Amino acid sequence: MAILLCRVDDRLIHGQVVVGWGSQLGLDFLVVVDDELSASEWEQDLYRAGLPDDIEARFPDVEAAIREFPDWKASAQRGFVLTRDLATMRRLAEGGALAEVEINIGGLHDAPGRRRILPYLFLGDEDREELLRFQRAGSAVSAQDLPGARKIKLEELLNLASG
Amino acid sequence: MSDEVQGILVGHGKLAEGMLDAVQEITGLGEGLVTLDNEGLTPEALEERLGQLAGDQPSVVFVDLPSGSCAFAARRLRHRQANVAVVCGVNLPLLLDFIFHRTLPLDEIIARLRTHVGVSIEYTTDGDSPVPGR
Repeated sequence: MAILLCRVDDRLIHGQVVVGWGSQLGLDFLVVVDDELSASEWEQDLYRAGLPDDIEARFPDVEAAIREFPDWKASAQRGFVLTRDLATMRRLAEGGALAEVEINIGGLHDAPGRRRILPYLFLGDEDREELLRFQRAGSAVSAQDLPGARKIKLEELLNLASG
Repeated sequence: MSDEVQGILVGHGKLAEGMLDAVQEITGLGEGLVTLDNEGLTPEALEERLGQLAGDQPSVVFVDLPSGSCAFAARRLRHRQANVAVVCGVNLPLLLDFIFHRTLPLDEIIARLRTHVGVSIEYTTDGDSPVPGR
């Protein structure tokens, strides 16, 4: 499988993704799935400007990502898929793109209505609802900021979010 | 608004604070250089704080990693403000040069910094080298 990481992280492309995960798993391309970003060329250029030359970045909207996901999985190159929130990743899952793919939650930070669950994870009621939707759909979801960190599975996350 | 250029040092963990500490240790100076770390901040919050620090003042934003969240926040600020420059891969010689020349116009500061971005790597297996095998 050529999609090695499917990650929810509000920072999208950043150091932990490119260096922390990328250098350990190998990384040829990054796919940022985001309806807003897919329509903003200057923001895409901004992200590309920060990447090493040998890493390609793509910025599809959710619909295009659902269509193209099988090609990324079949590719000989190694890629990561990123979304900035749980809802976008859930839409990918509902579109059938994420069958047999584990979803990594790597960073959702403090915002009004959210509370701290882990140092890199702040969740509010909406986020908890999204996690419950993943649970009902039987999706494999866990939180883990870096490859060497403990992986926290969905059930434990929901317990923490309820506490 | 001041026309004097300020430096904003943004990094992962405590890098910014640590580098400012090193600048102060070496020069006794630190005025005109402020720090921000990205810990626990959303991209929006990081960009907002960076914008508050910059204000309308000409600024050089020094960041550590070109592909890091600090660099992306700085590039967003630069997209909005032409009097902001972004320097990735910050190191101590760059900061020291900035501190001693920050009364120059922004363009001249950047021209100076461009000549100081090289990394000095001292290692050779050549026995004639003044620093053999170091």
